[in-house]
Parts: sequence; structure tokens; C-alpha cells
Amino acid sequence: MATQSSRSAARLMMAPAVILLLGWMLVPLVMTLLFSFKKYLPLRGGDLGWVGFENYVRFVTSSAFWPSVSATLIIVGGVLIITVGLGVLLAILLNQPMWGQGIVRILVISPFFVMPTVSALVWKNMFMDPVNGLFAHIWKFFGAAPIEWLSQASMQSIILIVSWQWLPFATLILLTAIQSLDREQLEAAEMDGAAPLQRFGYVTLPHLGRAITVVVLIQTIFLLGIFAEIFVTTQGSFGTRTLTYLIYQRVLESQNVGLGSAGGVYAIILANIIAIFLMRMVGKNLDQ
Amino acid sequence: MGRITLDKVSKRFGDVEVIPPLDLTIEDGDFTVFVGPSGCGKSTLLRLIAGLEDTSGGQIRIDSQDATHVPPAKRGLAMVFQSYALYPHMSVRKNIAFPMKMAGVSEDEQNRRIDAAAKALNLTDYLDRRPGQLSGGQRQRVAIGRAIVREPAAFLFDEPLSNLDAALRVGMRLEISELHKRLRTTMIYVTHDQVEAMTMADKIVVLRAGHIEQVGSPLELYRAPRNTFVAGFIGSPKMNLIDGPEAARHGAHTIGIRPEHIDVVEENGTWQGTVGVAEHLGSDTFFHIHNTGLAETLTVRALGEVTLSHGDAIHLSPRAELIHKFDAQGLRIE
Repeated sequence: MATQSSRSAARLMMAPAVILLLGWMLVPLVMTLLFSFKKYLPLRGGDLGWVGFENYVRFVTSSAFWPSVSATLIIVGGVLIITVGLGVLLAILLNQPMWGQGIVRILVISPFFVMPTVSALVWKNMFMDPVNGLFAHIWKFFGAAPIEWLSQASMQSIILIVSWQWLPFATLILLTAIQSLDREQLEAAEMDGAAPLQRFGYVTLPHLGRAITVVVLIQTIFLLGIFAEIFVTTQGSFGTRTLTYLIYQRVLESQNVGLGSAGGVYAIILANIIAIFLMRMVGKNLDQ
Repeated sequence: MGRITLDKVSKRFGDVEVIPPLDLTIEDGDFTVFVGPSGCGKSTLLRLIAGLEDTSGGQIRIDSQDATHVPPAKRGLAMVFQSYALYPHMSVRKNIAFPMKMAGVSEDEQNRRIDAAAKALNLTDYLDRRPGQLSGGQRQRVAIGRAIVREPAAFLFDEPLSNLDAALRVGMRLEISELHKRLRTTMIYVTHDQVEAMTMADKIVVLRAGHIEQVGSPLELYRAPRNTFVAGFIGSPKMNLIDGPEAARHGAHTIGIRPEHIDVVEENGTWQGTVGVAEHLGSDTFFHIHNTGLAETLTVRALGEVTLSHGDAIHLSPRAELIHKFDAQGLRIE
């Protein structure tokens, strides 16, 4: 369609945006790579020169590395299972005609508007506090000893907090998908003799396949980097130190920029490995 | 077997009565067409028979068994939807197999029926494709295939051809009629298109605002419409309905004369007028005649190619024995 000149004009006009975005991405990446090959201790002598792959070796061989990778994967996986599972149920529920539908929908979406730090603080102090928390009161009401959520069930607590944050997003995407389901398809399945659960399994769920893939993909990208929830609640203790949090500790608590940068490069590699698996899955689902 | 009886069946949505109590019997093996303008309740009536809507009163009997509260799957009816309602993530084969899978039919029997249906509907080459890769007509055939393999007591069609283009519609119309002749199963077919109704039906049910206006064979409806609504609805182009002194001359409130029952004569016709728009179809020509002294514009069909053009004077004579007379309530006077 476009002529030669309009195409080159388009390229010229897109150039500033492309260059800016490229710079935005490339500068930090290159700096991370540079620092990862240096011994750089800002408070203990500054730049102490090149050290080759020493940072990489130290980061992987540290006893904290593998537990942090598994903590990351457990949190991401747990949150995905909870948000997709409950998201599908909530979407079906919200799709039913009911009184006050508009308000209920807004209420369901509202957790998404709460900042992660704030929601983590609210959960920590108002719900999970072993003395004054709401959960503690409920446990005491039934005569049970209150659970110290953040130390005794730290992983579950963080997954709970993050799931609460992301459930609205999953619900919203799945609700719009469910609304586009042709009612006649469900009626056809009903006439064909499918019971309600079979109709869900054979018609609704396959229809949602694409939306579920999108939810999994987008959430994974964001969940690999969760930080505020851990920083505010457990500070990485009780087995909740994710890869992101470990890098933060190396850089800011141990003041070792080089070691942290090497960790950053590992995080990029981990994210890419997950991305490859996801893209395979997505590719299959989106091509239909 | 598929004899369907509706006994005082009614349907209301809240305060709105969509279908007032209604009686109807559909004989086994009949091709019955529900026809009427949009919003007349014909689809609702079909959905009541299918069980997709609950009745507000009355009884539905299928083969003399009360089916009013039987769930849709247990009524032994198969439905073809307007949107085809195929399962988009399943291949054609799996789509057709679905009702049998739900009913627990054995694998061998499933394959036998699928192959037979595919052969009958020219789908053999498409069994492994998905609905998204098929044309509208092919999807329609898959939907019919999915209905056939259930070997139902009756087929229900809900405006199945309205999403197809004109040429395909004529083709599918023939195929469905052919299928009915072959299977001899009861079929109920809903449409707003009176041409489909006339060409396919053994029996037409004309509906308006939930009321049955007339039931009869296509030719009965054509020859003796019971009221002005049926008279205007059945037949193409529409019957000329004339009120006023001209009708009074025949002792009626309204008279009706079909365009094909008015002759163009050289002179001394009953009516004289000027030609308005002329529609030349080759086999027929339809003239719209103005200035006849009647309030209504007349439509006249002339056979073959008639060389009259816009503004020409024309003389017309209706065939007296084919004039329909209606009283002030719009009911037919014999």
C-alpha cells in the first residue's frame, strides 16, 4: 500500500521513539553486564577492577541461590494456580445476571488498585498479626492458638497476599472472554446431552483457553519480579527469599554491586527459560 | 416417531405474555414451518418445544408422553441453530460425535454413523478440519450432521439459512427438503422468509404476536387465507389489499387480489392507471400502478417481457373469481 517515500518517512518519524526505548532497555542491561565482571564495593573501596567470572561462580555456589530459585518458582506457580482457578470461577459467577452487578464487578476489581506495599502492610498488620490480626481473633474465637502466619506459614502467606492482588486482573480478562461465548453453543451442548460440568469442560473451558494463556503470560512476567510484598512482610526470611530479593540483598545489604549484577544476569536467563516454555504453550493456543 | 402436541402452551417473560395459550399438533413425519414477522414468538415456540425455555402453562407431549418438564437432552429432539453453534475447538468429526459421546454410544457405532452422515452431507473430505476452516454452507451441513447422528424423533431448525448468501440459501433449501424426503422424520423449521415456508413446508403455521393466524398446506394458505394478515404475508409479491368503496362494491370491508390474478388488457379494464416502477425479472414483470382512483398502489404481474414503461397508461382487469373478501375484522368472507 505504502509508497517508497511514505515508508521511509514513517521510519524517520518512528526513529526517536525506537531509539529512546532501545536506549532505555540497553543502557541498564549493558551496565549490569559490565558490573557483573567487576569487583565493585561502593562502601569498601569502590571499583576494585575486573575479576572475570568470579561473581558468577560465587553467586551460584552460594547456599542461598537454589533455594531462592525454587522460592521464586513456587510463588509464581502458586499464584498462577490460585488466580486462574478462582478467576475462572469468579468470572462465571460474575457473568450470571444478578442484582447490583455493576457495583459487585467494581468491588471485585478494586484490589488491583491498591499499591503492593499498602496491601502487604494491610495484610501483615490487620489480618496476619498473631496478636491483633483478624485471623488471630477468629482462631481465638474458636479456641485455637493463633497462627504466626508470616513465620509459620510464610510462603503460603505471601502467595495469599500476591494472589489477592492479582485475582482481579485474572477475573477481568476471563470475564470478558466468557462474555464473548456464544450462548447457542451452550444450548447446543445442552441439547446434545451434556451435563452442566461437561458443558463447562467441553465448551466453556476450551473457549477460555486463549484468555487463560494471556493471563498466565502477563502474570508470570510481573510475578517473577515481586519485591514489595516480601520487603514489607518477611524481609526474605523464613524461606521467602526469591531471586529478586537475593539480588537486592547482595547489592544493597552487602553493598556488593558486582555480585548482585551477576545475579541479575542469572535472573534474565531464568526469565528467558520460562519465556521459552510459555511462548511454546502460547504459540499453540494463540494460533488456532 | 415424532408426533408433537402442544396443549394450551403459554409463555410469559415477567409481565409480558409472549405466547398466549396455544394448541397445535404436528403430525409424525411432517415438515412444519413456523413463519411470521420478527418478534412474533416463532423462535420462542421452537425453544419451548426444544426445552430450552420453560413453559408458563400448558403441556407439551411428544409421542403422547408428557414432555413439559423433561430436560432438553431427554426429549429426543435435535436442533440446528441459526449461528450453527459448532464447537470451534473440535474437528468436524468430533463435533458430529459429541452428542453420541454424551449418550455413551460405542466407538464403532459412532464411526459408522459419522461416516454415513458425512457421506450423505458431502463432508467426508472435511472430517478432520475445524469449523473455522469451513465455509458457511459446510458449517451448516456439519450442524445438520450433528443433528442426524442422534437419530432424533424430530429435527428443530431455528432460521438455519439466514446467515447464508442468496445462492447458497436456495441450494441448502433443496438439500434440507431432500433430507426430509429421505429420512421421513418430523421437522419443525422456523423462518421469517415466506418463500422458504412455501417451498419447503408440508404444513405452514403462520404466527403473529404469539397467536396462530392460520395452519395449513402452502397452497391452502395461498388459495384461502383466513384473514388479511395471512393474505398479505403469504405470496410474493404481496397481495393487493383494497379498502373503501371499491371493496364495498364487492360487499366487503377489504378485498384482496394477488398481482398474478390481475390481467393487463388493451381497453375497458376495471381499473385504469399509470405505470410507476417496473421490475423486469425476465420471466415476469412486476408493475407498480398509480392513479387508479384507489387509495393503494397496485402491484401487477405480467408474464414475460411486457414493453410498458414509466408513465404509460395501463388498463387492468382482476379475475373476479379470484378476489378474496374480508370483513371489518379482517376475517375472510366465503
